[in-house]
Amino acid sequence: MSPEQQNNAQAQLPQVDGERPALGRLHQQFPEAILASHSYRGDDTISVAGDSLLPIMQFLRETPELSFETLMDLTAVDYLKMGKSPRFEVVYHLYSLTHNHRLRVKVPLPEDLPEVDSLTSLWKIADWYEREVWDMFGIKFRGHPDLRRLLMYEEFEGHPLRKDYPKSRRQPIVAQRT
Amino acid sequence: MGVGEFITSKLDHAVGWARKYSIFQYPFITACCGMEYMGVACSHYDIDRFGAGFPRFTPRQSDVLFVVGTISHKMAPVLKTIYEQMCEPKWVVAFGVCTCTGGFYDNYSTVQGIDTVIPVDLYIPGCPPRPESVLDGLMLLQEKIQNQKQEILPKAKWRETQSSVSRLL
Ligand code: SF4
Repeated sequence: MSPEQQNNAQAQLPQVDGERPALGRLHQQFPEAILASHSYRGDDTISVAGDSLLPIMQFLRETPELSFETLMDLTAVDYLKMGKSPRFEVVYHLYSLTHNHRLRVKVPLPEDLPEVDSLTSLWKIADWYEREVWDMFGIKFRGHPDLRRLLMYEEFEGHPLRKDYPKSRRQPIVAQRT
Repeated sequence: MGVGEFITSKLDHAVGWARKYSIFQYPFITACCGMEYMGVACSHYDIDRFGAGFPRFTPRQSDVLFVVGTISHKMAPVLKTIYEQMCEPKWVVAFGVCTCTGGFYDNYSTVQGIDTVIPVDLYIPGCPPRPESVLDGLMLLQEKIQNQKQEILPKAKWRETQSSVSRLL
């Protein structure tokens, strides 16, 4: 992102409001880590740098007025055919049961090093989500206790939801596991 | 025609008749086609009228393997094992377009037709097939069973199979 775009993002800083303070608090707390943010009809989205994901998530979870206890979803997007750079983006959806608010956190990841910190230390559910994203997109999660494929079998080669995985590629059928 | 030949052909006919009206099926149901299978099995269409109303939930007791629903690459080895566990004579029905060709699941996870894994006797296309076409298919299968050569193992061969089975056990 160019400095100009960054300034734009800064200029559109949402106000800290009573109901959904997450974006404002993050901008206050982690000014350098935030790449972009926007809010549309009550839908808050923030894009953060990969190396500060863990402290940001911990902050979101543990600050009492935010308390995002639930990791509702964790997935990834491959922007290969949309010409976006960097190529990958990991998307987290958080929900606070206490305050009934939501937040979407995105982490852009480059093609040559698709790696990000694992959130298993904060949310147990991240375990299988991260395994699924590893399986489908080949994005590695540093510090994951057991990063194996979740849906495909071990002999499967490649990551089928990457946009450069050939649609018609078929892999041999393996023997049954007992 | 000699007397021997006459008897064999009549015996073949009788065995075929018995076999085609006592189809014990093994429903291998993995996806949405299962609903349609239930529709065929229930009283409205009543597959029992064709002597095939008795699903066995073990492959060792069944004659016809109904493969109903999408088969993924992970499921394929299981399907193969089930097929191998069935006793001869056995037939396989591919129920629904997913099992025939993979259907619209032209992707990394779906087997493109179960005939890449096991031999298939009858294909019933449709997504899902109407109960009428299932019954039509069933009657075609009965025709096939009736008209084929009925393999009955001679005693010596039978003993051989028995001993190889007991060796396995
Ligand atoms: S053929 Fe259609 S109805 Fe049957 S399993 Fe496939 S998708 Fe489902």
